[in-house]
Amino acid sequence: MAEALVAIEDPAVLPDTVGVRQPRRFTVLFWIAVVWLVLIIALAVFASVLPLDSPTQVFACIPNSAPSWHHLLGCDELGRDMLSRIVFGARVSLEVGFTAVFIGLVFGGTAGLVAGYFGGKTDLIISSAMNVLLAFPALVLALAVIAFLGQSLRNVILILGLLSIAPLARLVRASTVVYAQREFVTAARMMGFRSRRILFREVLPNVMPSTLSFAIVAVAVAIVAEGALSFLGLSVRPPAPTWGNMIAEGSTYLSENAWLALCPAAVLCLTVLALNFAGDGLRSFFDVKDSAL
Amino acid sequence: MSRGHTTAGHEYPEIPAETLLTVEDLRTTFDTPRGKLTAVDGVSFELEAGRTLGVVGESGSGKTVLSRSVMRLLPKRGATSTGRVRFNGHEMVGLTQKQLRGIWGTELAMVFQDPMTSLNPTMRIGNQITESLRYHLGMSSSEATEHAVVLLSSVGIPTPERRLHDYPHQLSGGLRQRVTIAIALACGPRLLFADEPTTALDVTVQAQILDLLAAQQRERSMAMILVTHDLGVVAGRTDDIAVMYGGKIVEQAPTKTLFAEMRMPYTEALLGSIPRADQPSHTPLQAIPGRPPDLVSPPPGCRFAPRCPYAQPRCRHEEPPLREAPTKGHRFACWFPVGTPEGRQALEENRVRGVALDPARSVTT
Repeated sequence: MAEALVAIEDPAVLPDTVGVRQPRRFTVLFWIAVVWLVLIIALAVFASVLPLDSPTQVFACIPNSAPSWHHLLGCDELGRDMLSRIVFGARVSLEVGFTAVFIGLVFGGTAGLVAGYFGGKTDLIISSAMNVLLAFPALVLALAVIAFLGQSLRNVILILGLLSIAPLARLVRASTVVYAQREFVTAARMMGFRSRRILFREVLPNVMPSTLSFAIVAVAVAIVAEGALSFLGLSVRPPAPTWGNMIAEGSTYLSENAWLALCPAAVLCLTVLALNFAGDGLRSFFDVKDSAL
Repeated sequence: MSRGHTTAGHEYPEIPAETLLTVEDLRTTFDTPRGKLTAVDGVSFELEAGRTLGVVGESGSGKTVLSRSVMRLLPKRGATSTGRVRFNGHEMVGLTQKQLRGIWGTELAMVFQDPMTSLNPTMRIGNQITESLRYHLGMSSSEATEHAVVLLSSVGIPTPERRLHDYPHQLSGGLRQRVTIAIALACGPRLLFADEPTTALDVTVQAQILDLLAAQQRERSMAMILVTHDLGVVAGRTDDIAVMYGGKIVEQAPTKTLFAEMRMPYTEALLGSIPRADQPSHTPLQAIPGRPPDLVSPPPGCRFAPRCPYAQPRCRHEEPPLREAPTKGHRFACWFPVGTPEGRQALEENRVRGVALDPARSVTT
C-alpha cells in the first residue's frame, strides 16, 4: 500500500523501492542546498571573529556605494557594510527559525505523540486545543504579544514558537496514529513495557524522520515570518540588523538603489529555498526507506 | 506465585498436571456501527502447564480475539470482555494495566503473525532483546547481551554476536520470526501465545519455525497456544486442538482423537479443504462453500448449519450444546455428528433431497 503510494507520487524513486539494500542517493540540488545552509550557518556562528566591520557602524564606507573589494556587497544608505549586516542578520534569522521550531517540536511533538498514541478523550482535548491555535489569526497574536510583552527577539521567538506548535502537533499525531497500530508497538506492550517507554523508544524514533524533515521546512516558514514581522517593525528593533528589517529599510530606496532591498531578499530567498530542498530531500529519503521495510 | 493458592485438599501446584490457564465462559463483544459484534461467545477451556493447545478456525472465527481476550490485550474502547480467565494464579479479567504489565512479557508472551511488522524497524535486534531482560530481570547491559547471544543461538540464528548489531530489515522473514521468538522467550514465560506464527512466512521456513517453537516449548516446559487457520500446522505439534467457528468452540479433543474420530462436520470440512500430496494432480480444492456467520446477528440454531452438508431442519433453529464424547477430553457441538448413525442418515437424506450445500443460500443468511 505504502509502496504503491510512494511509487505513484514520485516515479523517480520507483527503482529504489525494488531492492531493500540498494544505496539511496540524494540529488545534486540537495547537496547544493546543504552547502548553502552550512555556509550561512558557519557565517552566522563565526560572525564576530570574521574580519567584518561592525554591522551598526555608520560611515564604514561611502553610503550607497557599489560592491567593492573591501565591501563585497557594498554599503547601505548610512554607509554600513552590507555583508556584515547580512551575516549578523543571519544570526537573528537562524536563531528565530530554529529556536521557534524547536519550541514547536518539543511542545507540539509531545502533544501529538500523546494524542496519537492514547487516542480517545486525550486526543479529542489535544486536537481541539490545536485547532484553536490554528484558527487563531497569527498576526493578531503577534501584535497582542508585542503590545503586552514588548518588542524583543525573545518575544518574536515566543510568538513563532507558539504558532509552530499546532502544525507540528498535527503532523506528529498523524504519524503516531499510524505507528501506534503497528504490531511492534503491540509487541512492546505485550512485553510489559510502560506507555511512556513505548512512546519514546518505539514510536518516537519512527515518527522522527518525517517530523524532522517537515521541521526543516517549518524553519524556512519561521524565517520568512520573522522577515515579515521585521518588515512591519514588530521584530528586533533597528539598528540591529535582521534580514527582514534590512528589506524594510531598503524598500524605501527601491527606485534609487534596489540593491539594498534585493540583496537581503535574495539571501533570505535562497536560504528558505535551500531549507525546503533539504527538507524535501530528507523526506523522500526516509519515505523510501520506510516503504522498503 | 502458584504457592499463593495452595489450599488444603489441593494437590501440590508444582506437579506436572497443574492447570495453568482456566478460561470460563469468556465472551468478548465489540461495539460496531451495526450493533454489538460478539467475536468470542462463551468459550471455556483449560490448559495444563507445559502442554500445547491448537486453536483452529477460518478467518473471522474469533480465534485471534480469543487469544487477545485471554491476554487482556483488547482495544481500550469499544471492546467488552466478560467471563473468567485464571492464569497462573491471577484472575486476569479486571486487572489494571499496571498489574497486567507485571504478567506480560515475564509470565505470558506472544509471537506475532508478521515478523515484518512486529519488530521495531529503528532498533537493533540486540537492543530489542536486551531491553526486556534489563527491564524485567534487572540484568546489567553486559549480562543482557550475553543472554541475548544465548537466546539467539537457541532459536537457531547463525553468528548471533554479529546479528545483535543488525536492524530488522537486514534479516530475512524466517530469521526475523526467530528473533521475535527469542524476544518472546527472553524472560522465560510460562505460557506462549503464537498467533499464526507462520502465515506470513515462506512455506519452506514454516516447518522450521513450528519445529523451533515445539522444541523450545518442550525444553522450557512452557505451555503454548498455537492459533492457526491450518489444521496441518497443528497436526503433529499440539496436545489438544480446539476448533472454533463463529466465536464458539465447536469441537475440542486431544490431537490424535480429533483426527481419528472427529464429530463436527466443520472439522471434517476444514480437514477436507487441505490439499493432499497423494491426490492426483488437478484435483479441485475442496472449499467450504458460503461465508462465516455474521457475528452481529448470528443465525439461530447451529452457526455452521447454512454451510453444513449434514444440516437438518433441527440444526437451523436449535443450537447444539457442547457435549462430551465417549473419548476422554473430547467435546463437540453437533446434533448429527460425523461418523455416527445419525450423521450418516442426515447426510444421506440431504443427498437424496439434493439440498446439500447450496452456497447461494448460505451467503444470504
